Amino acid sequence: MAEHKSYSNKIGLWGWLGGGRWGFERYLYTLHRITGLGMLLYFCLHIFVTSSRVFGLDAWEKWMGTFESPLFMVGEFLVFVAFAFHALNGIRLILIELGFSVGKAEEPVYPYKSSLNVQRPLMVVLMIVAAVLVAAGGYDLFALSH
Amino acid sequence: MTKKVQKETDITFYIRRYNPEKDDKPHWQKFTVHVEPGMTVLDGLHNIKETQDGTLSLRYSCRMGVCGSCGMLLNGRPSLACNTQILDIAKKVLTVASLPNFDIVKDLVPDLTPLFEKHISIHPHILRGDSGEMLNPTGEFYQSPDELTGYLQFTYCIKCGLCMSACPTIATDPEYLGPQALPQSYRYSKDTRDDGFNQRKKIVGDTHGAFRCHYAGECSNVCPKGVDPARAIQLMKRQLVWDYLKLRRRRAKSPILGKPEGVERIPEIPEPPPFTV
Ligand code: SF4
Ligand code: FES
Repeated sequence: MAEHKSYSNKIGLWGWLGGGRWGFERYLYTLHRITGLGMLLYFCLHIFVTSSRVFGLDAWEKWMGTFESPLFMVGEFLVFVAFAFHALNGIRLILIELGFSVGKAEEPVYPYKSSLNVQRPLMVVLMIVAAVLVAAGGYDLFALSH
Repeated sequence: MTKKVQKETDITFYIRRYNPEKDDKPHWQKFTVHVEPGMTVLDGLHNIKETQDGTLSLRYSCRMGVCGSCGMLLNGRPSLACNTQILDIAKKVLTVASLPNFDIVKDLVPDLTPLFEKHISIHPHILRGDSGEMLNPTGEFYQSPDELTGYLQFTYCIKCGLCMSACPTIATDPEYLGPQALPQSYRYSKDTRDDGFNQRKKIVGDTHGAFRCHYAGECSNVCPKGVDPARAIQLMKRQLVWDYLKLRRRRAKSPILGKPEGVERIPEIPEPPPFTV
């Protein structure tokens, strides 16, 4: 093939965020990645902080003291939100990726319906469960712990 | 379905131009087109090319959503220019750009080479152990209508690349086989005449294969032929997982139906021509 100059039109991370007219599942895809990375970060921090106990009680208490500030409580809540979303969306993805709730091949008839329509009730139910978990977690963290 | 009455009006086209001989990067150019109801984006672009700027480059052929040449990013959504009516998606402004995730050859012409390379890599044809029968067939491969329905939906792909340009996974992993090639691997693996699962699974089950998909579903949203690539990819993963767990049911290859015996051929029906290959 003849060589030609062309412009690389790769959109990189913009591809995750998309722009404009995207479907709902794409946002779940992006959020799933962000919450996954967020929890990984939290996990590293968690190991780092709990390992401070090795350096004696003082070091441990100093760190623990830092986490009592309201800012960290909000942070903790966000970790819980990420967990609730990631876990329940993860269940949906596992089911879907094993070929459940995407339906069977069918003759496409316009206006097209796709497997997205088939899995949507599952998605809605799981997102409601995630929301209930988040509400319960928030109540426990902010209302009951004071 | 009631359709809104549309009135003719002026629409501003913002077209992303790129000339490899002059430009280092693309830029937007503005045109105004008088649009009548029923006009497709392809009609609008032809209008610009004929009356305002003959240097505008675009690719098209069939003008009826069959050849898959005219994929473009219309108002931020990968669509076929010939299959999209301007007034359905634009009130005043329409942006037209080359498909993302593909290099731009010129203006609205994407370089679809990666699509075809990936497509070829999954062996998009019937694979069977019995090469003798493939080369010198003695009869037809039998397939029931139900078996046909199991993959027919995925055969409608016109290789337009819209799904690949909408896919967020390809955006960050250009090596990912993507929503065009992966459904085709399922289409053939599901075909009862085919026996190539083990050959395809090496490619499809690899690092940049089916398991990179996490069901953003955008491919199925933009596919102009209702192929539902996202469904096919999940069904392919199911086969791969079942195969890994040794739970995949091995099905017999479709039997060969020889010529019927003991019946007379109806004389008016001519014999088929001899094989040419
Ligand atoms: S699956 Fe659909 S969107 Fe993708 S290349 Fe085929 S026809 Fe185009
Ligand atoms: S010109 Fe053939 S699909 Fe649009």
